[in-house]
Amino acid sequence: MNRVTMMDHASLYNPKFETMPRDELEQLQIERLQSTLNRVYRNVAFYRTAFDAHRVNLERLTELRALRELPFTTREDLRKSYPYDMFAVPLHDIARIHSTSGTTGVPIVVGYTRNDLRTWTECTARLLVAAGVAPHDVVQIALNYSLFAGGFGFHQGVEQVGATVIPASLTTNLEKQIAIMRDFKATVLISTPSHGVNIVAGLERLQIHPERLHLRLGLFGGERLSDSLRRQLEEQLRITSIDTYGLTEIMGPGVAGECQVRDGFHINEDHFIVEVIDPATLEPVAVGEQGELVLTTITKEGFPLIRYRTGDITQLNPDPCPCGRTFVRMARIAGRTDDQILFRGVGFFPSQIEEILSSVEATSPYYQIILDEQGGIDTIEVRVEISDKIPFLDEVKALEALHVQMANRIKAALDIEAKVTFVEPRSLRQLAGGKDRVVDKRSQ
Amino acid sequence: MLKILNLEAGYGPLRVLKGISLHVSPGEIVALIGANGAGKTTLLKTIAGILKCRSGAIEFDKRQIHGKSPERVVELGCCLVPEGRHVFGTLSVRENLILGAFSRRHRDNGAAIAASLEEVYQLFGILKERDKQLAGTLSGGQQQMLAIGRALMSRPRLLMMDEPSLGVAPLIARDIFQTVVRLKQTGLTVLLVEQNARAALAVADRGYVIETGQVVLEGTARELCDNPEVQRAYLGKEYKTIDEDE
Repeated sequence: MNRVTMMDHASLYNPKFETMPRDELEQLQIERLQSTLNRVYRNVAFYRTAFDAHRVNLERLTELRALRELPFTTREDLRKSYPYDMFAVPLHDIARIHSTSGTTGVPIVVGYTRNDLRTWTECTARLLVAAGVAPHDVVQIALNYSLFAGGFGFHQGVEQVGATVIPASLTTNLEKQIAIMRDFKATVLISTPSHGVNIVAGLERLQIHPERLHLRLGLFGGERLSDSLRRQLEEQLRITSIDTYGLTEIMGPGVAGECQVRDGFHINEDHFIVEVIDPATLEPVAVGEQGELVLTTITKEGFPLIRYRTGDITQLNPDPCPCGRTFVRMARIAGRTDDQILFRGVGFFPSQIEEILSSVEATSPYYQIILDEQGGIDTIEVRVEISDKIPFLDEVKALEALHVQMANRIKAALDIEAKVTFVEPRSLRQLAGGKDRVVDKRSQ
Repeated sequence: MLKILNLEAGYGPLRVLKGISLHVSPGEIVALIGANGAGKTTLLKTIAGILKCRSGAIEFDKRQIHGKSPERVVELGCCLVPEGRHVFGTLSVRENLILGAFSRRHRDNGAAIAASLEEVYQLFGILKERDKQLAGTLSGGQQQMLAIGRALMSRPRLLMMDEPSLGVAPLIARDIFQTVVRLKQTGLTVLLVEQNARAALAVADRGYVIETGQVVLEGTARELCDNPEVQRAYLGKEYKTIDEDE
């Protein structure tokens, strides 16, 4: 065995699947796709209706390319199915339930069977091993353990890999998080990038030198990890960073992640079929071109999804990866198809801000959202036009109260700390519905 | 080793297999689970060349075998142990076994065939004891062993077994499944159709669940055993093994 192969196998959790020749993988995919389609057609009313409406003959679905003849599943479809209508098994077969936060409307409820949990564990274990996590590592998971799938998803994987797991979760007390990290000698941190930045800031405030930590590796997910942010985290925490991609509707963490080459995210293709479409024409784009990521689950029992439109913009790289994995790589998410704003791990729409503003009398419905970053931390400013009908404009006290009231409402509805700024009446009117309503100054 | 894509087959106007895709890797035991009439036997017969497929592809060792004659399929190394055994009742055990090597008559000499015969006798001692006895006078379990032995005489690389435990005493059935495991250890690949899903999944590496001519589930044996739907439909909630009853 030559050296390269030895190295390859050290960083593979399940070489049989992760390095499966493409022709074998395609056979496996078509088998699993067909059985998934047969099952959803039998068990999920939504798919039965949708397939019948599109005159889909499942018996004619004889190749992976034919997937494009099937209808899409959208976030809106999932919302309408609240809570359990998309489940493909009876509720008593469901072992666990996770859900989206619902900050952008009705939450999406996702059920996992015992086998789904096992698959999920396998997928996150692969991600961790690809990142370089080894059995001797002490892994601190600084993600919420809640309905949010992040904490639990990684937790299972860490146990599976045989490393030590610290379910630190997201304590509101940053000092505690740092103390755990230092005292328990954590070698791997799993968090969102912005929480990583919080930790960096916390270290400075507490005057703890990063050398006093034992971190060597950071796994990030849940939001955009820009190159500059990445450099900053690596330098200030003295770590190598690995980026991951996942979404609650599909599985949570475990959908895709970087290998040591760090040139794209390997998608676990034995569990998901990936397509990239043009969001305008809904037709597949040429290989390597940018478009909307569409995922089909082919092993999930509880909550299978066919052609789910993620709303995330990316592109695929089918070239062989030096790491030996045969799974296709997707690029870091370049943006959204809708106007959803991703801010410190929370997704929301400008229309939600608008709704909040319209519930406050003293303001006009005209506003502007400015996204920026300060020291690597995302900041958000909401500029609001004061209504000229309000008489107490001159009173500082009243204005101050209004300020607090609005910031509180935004916090209550979206769980984000926004800076609210008032501007002159009629100064933002021309922006209505226009492109400049949201200004994103954050580095890409 | 075996790769099937979108296979369709049936009898007359009756469509039984409606686009089945599955694969068997070298050295694996793969179980096909399904109710009566789901299409399991039809699938094996179609692979064996006894039934003609209407569309789809069957690839064995990178070679297309759909449309090939049954004897050609056996020559290539893919042999079926049919449901109901179908041994030649008026021939002796030894004669039945020798006939199993019919496809090798041009390739191998008597010594090679005698060696295979000895291997089968090693595997099933009872057949050696009764090698002069007429096959029709054997018990059901012994006939099943003879049918397996006869298939092995063709030196297959893939053995397809159709309901090997059917009509066989439970203890003998257990022996037969143990034999399947031993055959796997010698490097043989096995595609197993079985009503007794629990027994089949206990020896299998992977399995497919077939319903009305379509695959509805694929997974490792453990995944299938843990699937509540499979448990309800094929494993039986109140099921106890013979050992537990004792």
